[in-house]
Amino acid sequence: MEQLSGWFTELLSGNLIFTANTLSFYWDGLVTTVQLVFLCLLLGLVLAVPLAIGRGSKRRWIKLPIYAYTYVFRGTPLLIQLYLVYYGVVFFDGIQDSIFWVVFKQAFFPALIAFTLNTAAYTTEIFHGAIKNTAKGEIEAARAYGMSRKLMMRRIILPSAFRRALPAYGNEVIFMLHASAVASVVTIMDLTGAAYYVYARFYAPFQAFIFVALIYLCLTFSIMFVFRKLEKRLLAHLRPLGG
Amino acid sequence: MNKWITSALIVGGLLASQVSSQAVAQDGDKHDAIRLGIDVPYEPFVMRDADGQLEGFEIDLGNELCARANLDCSWVEQSWDGIIPGLLARKYDAILSSMAITPERERQVMFSLPYYNTPSVWITARDRDIDIDDKDSLKGLSVGVQRGTIRDVYVTQEYGDVLDIHRYGSSQDVVNDLKSGRLDLTFEDFPIANDAIDFRKDDSPYKQLGDSIKTPTSIFGKGAAMAFRQRDKDLAAKFDKAICEVYADGTFDKLMEQYFDYDLSVRPSEKDCAK
Repeated sequence: MEQLSGWFTELLSGNLIFTANTLSFYWDGLVTTVQLVFLCLLLGLVLAVPLAIGRGSKRRWIKLPIYAYTYVFRGTPLLIQLYLVYYGVVFFDGIQDSIFWVVFKQAFFPALIAFTLNTAAYTTEIFHGAIKNTAKGEIEAARAYGMSRKLMMRRIILPSAFRRALPAYGNEVIFMLHASAVASVVTIMDLTGAAYYVYARFYAPFQAFIFVALIYLCLTFSIMFVFRKLEKRLLAHLRPLGG
Repeated sequence: MNKWITSALIVGGLLASQVSSQAVAQDGDKHDAIRLGIDVPYEPFVMRDADGQLEGFEIDLGNELCARANLDCSWVEQSWDGIIPGLLARKYDAILSSMAITPERERQVMFSLPYYNTPSVWITARDRDIDIDDKDSLKGLSVGVQRGTIRDVYVTQEYGDVLDIHRYGSSQDVVNDLKSGRLDLTFEDFPIANDAIDFRKDDSPYKQLGDSIKTPTSIFGKGAAMAFRQRDKDLAAKFDKAICEVYADGTFDKLMEQYFDYDLSVRPSEKDCAK
């Protein structure tokens, strides 16, 4: 360990920008970004499944509000949504004295809420499309077996829809990682926030941003790797034999 | 037809000689037209009037300095965090935008003599009881600063281990969050605070904590100065001379009184002006 830190100090010596101090900023930023993106994707996924089923419902009072929600959140920039949640909540009189203030006082939770609502809207549409595209034969076969609508949804439609949605959802995960860069405008020290800090402190935009771009690239590659593995397993039946 | 060609040649020849004689005349005086970069707004240093024209202390001062240096100046707007890269990329020839002299910035640009310096102040809500000198009592409190400013550096260096530092892209955002209650403290430039936060009267909702801060000079520097590209030494010298002049004949004080009810002058020493 001592050897490692000695090697590290030597590597960094004579370098004015990437000191141990700024690298720790980047590391904290990486942790924050991963936390934020992972949590919002998880919450978004949990929200999106029932919403996607509801979106395909025949009842207008279920279908229309969900459609309106996805339309609004897919139709406006994430940055605007973040501003509205972060600065907008302050306009509710007395929020500072309510229990919600514990959540809204920090920048993390308003950002998490905005990101979750945004990714849930996109994921809802992805899943809805996949559900709609379920092969008619599968549904007819399920009916012929006498399955109820619920059982059919659970055993037949959703499992096959999730598989079909996987490539599109992988894209959404990567988009969300990149979209999370806007979190820095509300003081969150995510990866981009750390890069902004180093940039503003040393007036070295190229070094600060090229470094953070490389970190984002590494994250993207690992996400792509996971989804490639998943697709290989779950979509095995779609590949040609021996392929 | 021939006549046309002849006259065109004559005119062309005249123009060419004109250009070459101008080039000779300009050799010692390359910077006739100068573009000054500035971050707008920063009241009362720079703002827009009802017609959208730039006005303010730095606009008046800059125009006065340019007149004395016999330069034809125009203003270019540039947001703060890109203002030095913009200078280096030749979007303008000098920065006149309340830029404090710091060692980090001196690596990138060359500064004129400082023309003013302002203190920074701690501000909190009037009903809060905070002792800024007692570091242990500050644990967990949040402070808002504008990212990359000398206040950011000071707070990070002196209070980084106790205060929760929130860095914002603009000072308006800092004030917004102080007013919303997200921030316990803000450490702000006196003029910005004076303009944006009501804290100087006895019954105002905010108050100043402790004394105004001007030291250490290693962080707060000698004051605000114009910034130039490193190689434009002649241009910087012209503005240094103009700054000495406006201080010597009282023009600076007159301009200052027009905009401020506190003193922000930094009189250049005779030694600096003798150069």
